Amino acid sequence: MEPRSAQLGRISPGCSICRTVALLTLGVALTGCGVADLPDWSTVQPASDMGRSILDLYKIVLWWTGGIFVVVELLLVYALIRYRRRPDDTGVPDQVHGFTALEISWTLVPAAILFFIAIPTVRTIFDVQRPPPADAIEIAVTGHQWWWEFEYPDLGIRTANELHIPVGRAASLTLTSADVIHSFWVPRLGGKRDLNPGSENQLWFTPDSVGVFDGQCAELCGTSHANMRLRVFVETAGSFDAWVDQQLQPAVEDSVGVQVFLASGCVACHAIAGTPAQGKIGPDLTKFGSRSTIAAGILANEPDELAAWLRNPERVKPGSRMPNLNLSEERIASLVAYLGSLR
Amino acid sequence: MSATTAGTVRHESIYSGGIASWLTTVDHKRIGVMYGVTALFYFIVGGVEALIIRLQLATPEGTLIGAEAYNQMFTMHGTTMVFLVLMPMAAAMFNFLIPLMVGARDVAFPRLNAFSFWTFFFGTILLNLAFFVNQAPDAGWFGYANLTSKQYNPGLGIDFWVLSLQIMGIASIASAINFTVTILNMRAPGMSLMRMPLFVWMALIVQILMLLAFPVITVGLVFLFFDRFFDTNFYVAAAGGTPVLWQHLFWIFGHPEVYILILPSFGVVSEILPTFSRKPLFGAPFVIFSGILIGFLGFGVWSHHMFTTGLGPIADTAFSLGTMLIAIPTGVKIFNWIGTLWGGHIVMRTPLYFAVGMIALFIVGGLSGIMHASTPIDLQQHDSYFVVAHLHYVFFGGTVFGLFAGVYYWWPKVTGRMLGEGLGKLNFWVMFLGMNLTFFPMHFLGLDGMARRIYTYPAGVGWEQWNIVATIGAFVLSVGVLLFYLNVVRSLRSGEAAAADPWDAATLEWSMSSPPPEYNFAVIPNVNSARPLWLYKYGPTRDISKRSKEDGTPPQPDHPVERIELPSPSHWPLVAAAGLTLAGGGTMIGLLPVLLGVAVLVIAVYWWAFQPLERPGNPVFEPGGGSG
Amino acid sequence: MSAHVTTFGIPNRKMAMWVFIGSECMFFGSLIATYLSYKGKSVAGPTPAEILNIPLTSVSTFVLLMSSLAMVLALDAVQRDQTGQAKLWIGGVIALGGLFLAGQVYEFSHFYHEGLTLQQNLFGSTFFVLTGFHGAHVTVGVIWMATLLLMAFRGRLGPERSLDVEVAGLYWHFVDVVWIVIFTVVYLIQ
Repeated sequence: MEPRSAQLGRISPGCSICRTVALLTLGVALTGCGVADLPDWSTVQPASDMGRSILDLYKIVLWWTGGIFVVVELLLVYALIRYRRRPDDTGVPDQVHGFTALEISWTLVPAAILFFIAIPTVRTIFDVQRPPPADAIEIAVTGHQWWWEFEYPDLGIRTANELHIPVGRAASLTLTSADVIHSFWVPRLGGKRDLNPGSENQLWFTPDSVGVFDGQCAELCGTSHANMRLRVFVETAGSFDAWVDQQLQPAVEDSVGVQVFLASGCVACHAIAGTPAQGKIGPDLTKFGSRSTIAAGILANEPDELAAWLRNPERVKPGSRMPNLNLSEERIASLVAYLGSLR
Repeated sequence: MSATTAGTVRHESIYSGGIASWLTTVDHKRIGVMYGVTALFYFIVGGVEALIIRLQLATPEGTLIGAEAYNQMFTMHGTTMVFLVLMPMAAAMFNFLIPLMVGARDVAFPRLNAFSFWTFFFGTILLNLAFFVNQAPDAGWFGYANLTSKQYNPGLGIDFWVLSLQIMGIASIASAINFTVTILNMRAPGMSLMRMPLFVWMALIVQILMLLAFPVITVGLVFLFFDRFFDTNFYVAAAGGTPVLWQHLFWIFGHPEVYILILPSFGVVSEILPTFSRKPLFGAPFVIFSGILIGFLGFGVWSHHMFTTGLGPIADTAFSLGTMLIAIPTGVKIFNWIGTLWGGHIVMRTPLYFAVGMIALFIVGGLSGIMHASTPIDLQQHDSYFVVAHLHYVFFGGTVFGLFAGVYYWWPKVTGRMLGEGLGKLNFWVMFLGMNLTFFPMHFLGLDGMARRIYTYPAGVGWEQWNIVATIGAFVLSVGVLLFYLNVVRSLRSGEAAAADPWDAATLEWSMSSPPPEYNFAVIPNVNSARPLWLYKYGPTRDISKRSKEDGTPPQPDHPVERIELPSPSHWPLVAAAGLTLAGGGTMIGLLPVLLGVAVLVIAVYWWAFQPLERPGNPVFEPGGGSG
Repeated sequence: MSAHVTTFGIPNRKMAMWVFIGSECMFFGSLIATYLSYKGKSVAGPTPAEILNIPLTSVSTFVLLMSSLAMVLALDAVQRDQTGQAKLWIGGVIALGGLFLAGQVYEFSHFYHEGLTLQQNLFGSTFFVLTGFHGAHVTVGVIWMATLLLMAFRGRLGPERSLDVEVAGLYWHFVDVVWIVIFTVVYLIQ
């Protein structure tokens, strides 16, 4: 039986290089540099000090790893092309077993490169986790399946799914969970931190741009993990104070609307300050009308959307803890009006 | 110079016989084939799960599947690929090749080997049974507590997951004991540890990692099982416990596990490059020691999976630096591989394509890994699509491409036939293109803030474009994978017959016919070097090594020169595995099936223990070619 | 196929038991580490100080240690083809191991009556799972010894089977060592 002889394999070297280069160029060009419309969730367009620290570190590491990538892949491709067996290559090549000096170099050089990555890394670790400034605004965050509870203990405000913070002032978040593990992540404002049941984590950052920033839960927490979004409004000091005042004002009196609310079963889970509704299981609805989204960031806070939510929470948010109360259309309309008035 | 002239007698009959012969076999070659077939079957299952995921994510607010079904899909995709594909594929190669590479006739404990396979096999059935009762697990392949508690996950899904993993874990530990003893204790005379093939070295490190890592997840799963079935408090915050304990236990297993998954592919590449460069592995001792270092360091970095849990800056720093450290031995390997190609007479065959593809793709995954290693960077990247990109570059680009390289390389030895070269190269390029098209864009999605494990995403955020590209890539990749299966089918039906040594290689498994005779070696070889066959064929020609000249090991004669007796087949390993699975799965039903399963297991173990390894009627091979 | 020539010069089965023991170290190590990390974190009682009985457990520890001595003597007897002695000492291992297990059963049921259940608190969960798995290992060892004893009575435990006894002995000693660690960590260091 003739063993298969080693014919020269024929692929054109140009083809394989072209492919690699094309992919690389595509990649580098689109890493976020130079593409006009970055999504509002982008980690490479930071709007806080923490976000910038991380991006600066990332750029250092990206340059080093990019350089390593180019050098090593080129060496690999070069070796494949240069040392292809040619028709006049008879016998066997030099049976080189190794070269210790080379081994030492290519152990030390990577170690040195890692040094340049490690030093800024350690610096940034301690920087990001240093204690927040004394004038930081304190916010207690509690994760639920599948919504965010926010409390400003110093201001006496309790709200859900939407955070308002003043620009240029540190926001210090204390994170815990009421049920399973969640994770707080607003990409443009920095890295994430888990919400563990039974313990507290800290996360703080100072936003440096006014704007609206979206985020979502970043730890699988059940059926509607994907539907647990949040929105952060970074506002000027004046705007923020106005928001605080508005949140602290008593709810608009609507004796008819509130009766519909109280009679519809909502009180089992929800609270509205100034009414008998004191449910702690679901989000606080006291200033519901002032929020921009419903159901943890997944619906705009508009009458049609709210009606759809009340009609069938399960369809909007699979697994939702909010039961379908089988409300009549008339009742839904009343509730939508009432809830919308809660500013 | 020609390759060896052994193997004029063909031994395809080592696979003949009815189903009963397969159910009772204790032959490592057959067991290896069974692992391989099972893995290749589940590769399709896991692949379909992935395509469903990609179709759902091709558009924002997709409606192909709902939230719950999606969570089940990625849970089963991950669990299947890690435990039902990558691990058994490596096991297939360990089983078939290790005795052949070390010069042994079988593993240390042939029946325990069969038990490992059947236990694994029944474990896969148990896991997939969950689909049939519409209760597939949905808490991810990593199953974080306390989402997996009875309170937040009533129903059977997590139970299926816990029990099948425990059962498959037992198979792995038994296998690890078997191969550790085989490698350490059953090498041919003269084969010192430093003369062992690199694949065997990597396999040894993998076995030791399995021995030390699997018990930890066993304990983690025991705690979860007890919390779910007996209301204990291991992961219950209200009782003073913490769900984070699960993360520690899981990742103390989980990180060594990823090295368990990559080291076999490193071993494969370390065998293929020298053969197709026609020169020795450059810096072989350094490649060996870097493998040992990777295995050792791999136990010290688990909390780099937990940078967002709030460990504190000192722990974060320690784990970050430790993780970066592992890049050094990994780099050493890659440079030595390039050094192997350098100065060679490179023969471009499909196994080499996949091996080089593995290196090229693994480099990408390794570099994104260095990014993850830096804690602050990871605070953005963790649980985003950046990690999905990283893990697929190392698992698919690294492990799968490496294993495919191994399949293409050793296919002739296993089956006695060649896989098609043209089709093989096409297979490679389509997979290479598809792989990059699918997973490279995920780096951008991660940087753009897209989280993992979400069944849908909002329109207008900017994630649409890369998601479509990734989905298209997934289908291109599937076509590439299908080309592989096509090549396999064609080869089995009408592939060119393979010689004993079709690639002109260096190690002992090429010294006998393809496929090998049932007894592997007609005469146990004496080994004087790390490249026994090569030195026999070529002598130390143009050898600039400082070593003294050594003789090679000749190829095997076609017939035994002494009487060879092999172990008898046995059905007790199968019965024991069935009993174990019944006992485990039975916990979901009631006490009776558990007791029944335990009884079957105990009886089977006793019969097995008292049954002699060789009984009248066992396979016997006489000198000169007769058999009994 | 019984390869009598092994690379390291020790029989495969003995090496396998050592390797298995290495794996078991990680198993018990994880259980012990969990016990330690949860020590003092129970939200409800009873606490170890309130409920653990050091004098009693010291006695059962001593009993288990003596069973290891019996095991050593049993192996010696088998190697010297002294079947009578072998039966005696194997019986001793079984009796002492069984006595240890009886002590565990007594202790567990006493704790249950005092209100320390598996579910009661972290101490209950970690204690019972740790010592329970250890007890299960002892039970497997006792059954193994009983099998060897039966073989001895049938005249089938001669010196040619001393490897089997040695391997069983390794297992038994390991289980004993694990108990020493548990006793120290759980009972002595509080």
